[in-house]
Parts: sequence; C-alpha cells; structure tokens
Amino acid sequence: MDDLYRDEILEHYREPHNFGTLDAPSASHEGHNPLCGDRITIMLSVDDTGTVSDVAFSGRGCAISQASASMLTDEVKGRPLAEVEEMKNQDILDLLGIEISPARLKCALLSIDTLHRALDSRDGEPAPETSGVSV
Amino acid sequence: MNAPAPLDPEVIRRDFPIFEREFHGKRLAYLDSAATALKPRLVSEAVSAYDERYSANVHRAIYAIGEEATAAYEGAREKVARFINAPDPHEIVFVRNATEAINLVAHTWGWMNVGGSDAIVLTEMEHHSNLVPWQILAQSKDADLEFVPFDAEGRLIMDSWEVLLRTKPKLVAFTHKSNALGTLNDVKTMVAQAHDAGALVLIDGAQAVPHLPVDVQDLDADFYALSGHKMLGPTGSGALWARRELLETMPPFMSGGDMISSVHLRHTTYNEIPHKFEAGTPAVSSAIGLGAAVDYLTTLGMENVAAHEEALTAYALDLLPREVPGIRIHGPQDAAERAGIITFTLPEAHAHDVATLLDREAVAIRAGHHCTQPLHERLGETATGRASFNVYNSTDDIDRLAAGLRGVQHIFGRSPATAGA
Repeated sequence: MDDLYRDEILEHYREPHNFGTLDAPSASHEGHNPLCGDRITIMLSVDDTGTVSDVAFSGRGCAISQASASMLTDEVKGRPLAEVEEMKNQDILDLLGIEISPARLKCALLSIDTLHRALDSRDGEPAPETSGVSV
Repeated sequence: MNAPAPLDPEVIRRDFPIFEREFHGKRLAYLDSAATALKPRLVSEAVSAYDERYSANVHRAIYAIGEEATAAYEGAREKVARFINAPDPHEIVFVRNATEAINLVAHTWGWMNVGGSDAIVLTEMEHHSNLVPWQILAQSKDADLEFVPFDAEGRLIMDSWEVLLRTKPKLVAFTHKSNALGTLNDVKTMVAQAHDAGALVLIDGAQAVPHLPVDVQDLDADFYALSGHKMLGPTGSGALWARRELLETMPPFMSGGDMISSVHLRHTTYNEIPHKFEAGTPAVSSAIGLGAAVDYLTTLGMENVAAHEEALTAYALDLLPREVPGIRIHGPQDAAERAGIITFTLPEAHAHDVATLLDREAVAIRAGHHCTQPLHERLGETATGRASFNVYNSTDDIDRLAAGLRGVQHIFGRSPATAGA
C-alpha cells in the first residue's frame, strides 16, 4: 500500500506550493474533472520579456491532482512562456514519478490541461463552453 | 411473513465465478454493488445458453429455436412482473437500464402531458438519471422544476414536500432508495400524498429492487424504473413498469420494427403494449439473464436479502467510527433508515486517493460524486467514498474496509493517537 504515494507527493498535497490567487493575472482558467467534480483554477502572470513571472493555483482535489498542480506551478514559474506552452502530458507524469492507473490519469493531468486552457484564453480564444441544459 | 433466514455469504460466493480470481493475492472485497452488481454463474449460463443454443430473433421466427427464444424472452418478462408484483406482464417494458426507463417516460408521457407552467417535483437526492431527463423536458416545455431538500442526516424534509405538492405538480419523481446515501424514502406515503395532490408518480427503483421486496401494487405508483445489472443481472437489461392505461395512451419512444401493428408508406399503427415500446431486436440474452437473476434472488428470498444488508449496514455504522478515527459517515445514522450503502469522507484523504489505496488491498469502493452532483453540493463535498453491500458481502469485507482505511490514514499521516485532535 505504501509504495503508491511517495513522500514528495504527500508533502505537496499537505502543503501545496503556489496555492492561492493572483490579483491581476495575464491568464486564468478553472478546470474540472467531470469524473469526480474536482475543480482547480490556475492563474499566471507573464512579464514584458515573455517569462512566467508568477503563477498560482486554487481549488480542492485528490493528492494526485493537488500534487500535480503544486509541482507544475513550481516548474513553470520563471520559465519562458514559449517553453511552458510546449509542455506535454508526459512532463507532468515524469514530475509525479509514480504509477498512475488509467482511472486516475484525469486527476494527474487536470493541472496541465487547465494550464494550457488558461494560456489559450490569453490568446483571445477562450476555451469553448460545453453545451448543456438550463432551467 | 416468515422471519428472515440468515444468508451465508461464504456459500453464496461459490455461485459467483469472480471470487475464483485473486487481486494482489486476496479475495475481492467488492463493495461497489450500487454501481453494478456481480453476476452469479446462473445468469451467465442463461445468457450463453441463449447465445449458443437458441439464438433466434423473438416474435417472428417460425421455427423451433425462434419459439424457444420468444418463450424465454417473454418468460423473463413474467418473472420480472412477478418479482415486483406487477398485475400484468404486459405492463413491463424491457429497456437497457433505469436511465432508459426514465427517459422513456420523459419523452413519451412527458412530451404529451407536460406543458408551460406545469410543475414537476423532484428531490435534491436524485441520481442524474432522474434529474437531467426532467431538466430537458422542462426546458423544452417551459415547465417548472421544484426540488424537495433533505436534512443533515440525508432524509427528505417532508414539510417542504407537502408545501411543494400544493403547487399541483403534474408529476413527482423520486428515488426509492438514494444511491448516494442509502436513504430509504417513505415512498408509499409519498405516493398517496402525491396522488391526493393530483400528480402522477415515478419511482426510481434502481437501488431498491436489488435489496428489498418491492410491490408496485402496494406502493400504488404509476411508473417504476429498475436496472437489471444492479440486481445481479446482465448489463443492458432493465425494465419500466407502468400502469396499462398509461402505457396505452403514451406515444412510442423509439420506432421501427416490432413496435408496429401495420405499416404503410404514409401511416403506421402501433403494436400492443409492451411491444409498442420495444422497437427493433431487443437485448434478448440480457432479458433472459435478468430473468435468471430474478430466479436467483427469489430463491434467496428478498426478505432475507434485505435483512442481510441491514445487518451489514448496522455492523459498518458501528465499526467504522470506532476503528477509523475522524471518519464522517453521511446520511442516516440508523441502519433501519438506510439500506446497504455507507458513504463517507476521511478528514485527511480525498476519496479518490482512498479508493486507489484500498484497491491495493483488493477492496473495491466507489469514489466520486456517484452521479449525484447536486446532492454532493448540499453535503459540501466534491467527492465521497461509498461502500455498498450485496448478498455476497460479509462482515469480513467491512473489517477489511476498516483496516484499509486505517492504512490510508497511516499513509496520509494521521495516527490513531492524534485522532479527533
């Protein structure tokens, strides 16, 4: 049972890095995992040199999704935007460094998916709203 | 009525081939029957007997195996009718699941009878399957939806219900037993009150039929939906029961073959009920498998099944708070008010992490919102863990759940010594 959640994951879960909100972010998106209803919001500030100068996330979720957001925000802070835009799903799985079952993949990837959608919205193309019913 | 005879889960497990498998070197402690139940050998044998020995189409083949197939399919309908004490097998419409049964009613009876300014009363504990079809109908017809709230212990607030009935709703639709909390609703009283208010009543019985004796005549409802796969039957099997006079006036749902009486290029007359609602070749083997599941449950005796699951619920309600410090159990705290479902959260770990770690111990629980997001919003939780019981579960499974949860707490850093701090 013990080998599944290594200490670093649990430390990020208990005390997530970059947790909170930014006052005037350049980009922001709220992502959610439809399987469990977990939601996270990622906010980024990009400076004049095209560097991610600050990043924050908020929301509730499982250890996998929270640790993934915590590690991802550490990873992107101070990096050139162009590099951040190129980040792939495998990058976040490498950061987590634990076995992720297919059922938990959405938890692990919620942060990077939300990050990419935030960056898309910055380009003036907000992520499309899914259709639905409202009464 | 005879006193319930105790079921022996160890003996029952021999009827379920899945228990021949091991997971992480252990027997499966399957605590997710509210999602779907395991299948006894009898059911898979009935399905494969059709596939291998008489797999003809029903209602049309004029040869021996066609007649066998029709007899088995219609025989399954009679079994389901007897199981829920429907007065007439023609009032049983085979569908894929309770979701399809409810959609059928919304799209046929609903489209014909619900108009602008009409109200439909639901509850805040409904599964999405008994919520979204009514949202779509209400939006299409400009009708109103009203919701009965539930209290801190997951019981419907009957004062609110009575107030909502004064709006003279066209239909009320509620679950017999909550899939998320296990709450048993006082459906018989609610049906009588709804009828007094002039409403028709749909009961979502997906969780109730597998776990307790259901008598639709005694309940006096108008529509009753059930899922076969939750009552030890195959996936793709389910049924809608409705009163004959309602089914006869309802327009068809799907249309095409088998649901017709005669077809011309520009007009069609429809078949008699229930065939009017079963367009195309139905899921014959699934229906036959459902019939076999009904046989199995009937042999066990639904009074005994209910008593077994109430005993397991009482055991879990007693054990888990003692063994798992800080666990929060949602819903009624009295085993008599809930059936076969324990929904919980741990203070230190998210339900998904709990389920992942329990899986390592071959303990299978559900984690998430269990298709009840509005209910979870009211609980103030995005996700909960859910352990649900069936005939093959024993107190040993609950002991393993408790031990597994202690293991989760150990990993997530809450030792028993600091519990409650």
